[in-house]
Amino acid sequence: MMRRALPLLLSGALALLYPLLVSGSAVYQRLGALVLLSAIGASAWNLIGGYAGQVSVGHAVFFGAGAYAALAGYAQFALPPIAGAPIGVAVAILIAALIGVPTLRLSGHYFSMATIAVAELVRVLVTNWEWLGGAQGISGPAVARTVLDLSFTSAVPYYYIFLAVLAAILFITWRIEKSRMGFYLRAIKDSERAARSLGVAAGRYKLYAYMLSAGLTAVAGALYAIMFGFIDPESGCGILISVKMLIMAALGGAGLLFGPLVGALILVPLEEISNSLLGGKGAGLTFVVYGAIIVVIARFLPSGLLALFTGRMRPARKPAATEPSHAA
Amino acid sequence: MSPILLQVIVSGLLIGAVYALFSSGLTLIWGMMNVINFAHGDFVMLAMYTAFLVWTVFGGGPAASVPIAAVVLATVGLLSYFLLVRHVMRGPMLAQILGTFGLALLLRYSAFWYFGANFKTLPDTLLGPPFVLGSIRVDAPRLLAGTIGLLVTLSLHLILTRTALGSRMLAVSEDATAAQLMGIRPERMQAVAWALAAGATGIAGALIATFFYTSPTVGETLAIVAFVTVAFGGFGSVPGALVAGLLIGVIEAVSAFLIGPVYKDVIVYTLFVLVLWTRPQGLMGKA
Repeated sequence: MMRRALPLLLSGALALLYPLLVSGSAVYQRLGALVLLSAIGASAWNLIGGYAGQVSVGHAVFFGAGAYAALAGYAQFALPPIAGAPIGVAVAILIAALIGVPTLRLSGHYFSMATIAVAELVRVLVTNWEWLGGAQGISGPAVARTVLDLSFTSAVPYYYIFLAVLAAILFITWRIEKSRMGFYLRAIKDSERAARSLGVAAGRYKLYAYMLSAGLTAVAGALYAIMFGFIDPESGCGILISVKMLIMAALGGAGLLFGPLVGALILVPLEEISNSLLGGKGAGLTFVVYGAIIVVIARFLPSGLLALFTGRMRPARKPAATEPSHAA
Repeated sequence: MSPILLQVIVSGLLIGAVYALFSSGLTLIWGMMNVINFAHGDFVMLAMYTAFLVWTVFGGGPAASVPIAAVVLATVGLLSYFLLVRHVMRGPMLAQILGTFGLALLLRYSAFWYFGANFKTLPDTLLGPPFVLGSIRVDAPRLLAGTIGLLVTLSLHLILTRTALGSRMLAVSEDATAAQLMGIRPERMQAVAWALAAGATGIAGALIATFFYTSPTVGETLAIVAFVTVAFGGFGSVPGALVAGLLIGVIEAVSAFLIGPVYKDVIVYTLFVLVLWTRPQGLMGKA
């Protein structure tokens, strides 16, 4: 117990103190907040993509639902963005139920493809939906009217909000991991057919995980919108949003509690460095490195970085992908 | 049928044949090894830049750029297979997505770094005046692309179904171990599949470059079309990709004409999702 609790306590303390440690640098404070934000999204994805093994490449829909609800509430009804967040979460869960029932019957690559298609469909619809700002997108309050607008110039308040939310999501994930549902989800991931034959209501549990994952992803979207105060179809529902969640989780270790956080700790600083260099002479070159690092990790550590520590370097046997891929 | 609608359908079929060609590479890999190549769109992008370079450096038109792009891309395909795909295939499905998407970023931003973000286009007049038949008028590049697209897709299908090589590849995709016992080397066949698929993609890219803008991110747009075409047609099925490609080309063109260009994607994606729900193996995939 001590051996596991001590590193956890130390990293928790480090996370709490981080903004003070880099108090001289607004850039590093912002970076910390961004890492946490990405970790929130990737951890939400991890529930369905990592634990249940249903690789969604369309989570941008839920991210967008949260982000748009937050800012549409402001743009249309002058509500503080945070007030729109619960509505975004509800909408995301509703969408997840609607698209989950038919698409979760598909397995393997078919589910991934279906989620890509649904996400692209939603992106095109949002782009042409004037009420949501169309292709131009919508902005949040330029200046904070009250503290409820959660519009700060410093990144430190965001950092602590994100840290609290991430801690809550990790706690939920941890509880699920230890619960009956966690065992069911892992059984489904290993072999859905075997799980069903043992009486696991696979469809129902996949749907629960999908809806929960969608709702939490919407939280990430709402937080993004609150911090950046702007959302458009590309930054809200673009395919890159979905792919980044997946990459971070997979890079750190999908289906592991801290996998997405580890992925975010590596990829977000890399990306921020490349963004700050973009426009200079080295434009694009740093993203080349970003791509190369992902390739190298996929090549040498197919189960993610954390697999180094959990001793699960390689899956013991061929993964479920070899099953007939459309067990309807 | 009004002449305009006929014109619209013809141009839809021509673009559909190109969709079919660059999707057949994706479907071949997917069907044979159960791997989705997320870098597929970026393979097309590389081929487009190859065509662009052939034009700017040597002044060569499609007659030169199509074979060159085919060879260049086949090489890229082989390298990707030996250096990356062969290894990530042993991992979980996520590792394959991670690896090929990393490759996509690598290729995309290498192009961005080397060529810059600006759109490049080949001159419109490269292939001469539009082709007119009765009331139908077709731009020469599109006619060429559509015709070659159709021919290459059909030859790919013939290679897979009518030659010994094709039979060996099919054997590996059905059961690699059994194929190995029959004296077929699975890795060699998979490498051949990557070379063939990427080569066909190279031809498609060089053709697309004659009428479409080239930019580092063009692959992202094209990849989604390819995913939809492949899943629509049925994974692993080249004839499926052909039918789905033509169908999508026509549906896009007709809905753009009847409802407006904005909603053509909505119609295509909706149709795609409906097909996935009712027939997840796609139109012509095996059950």
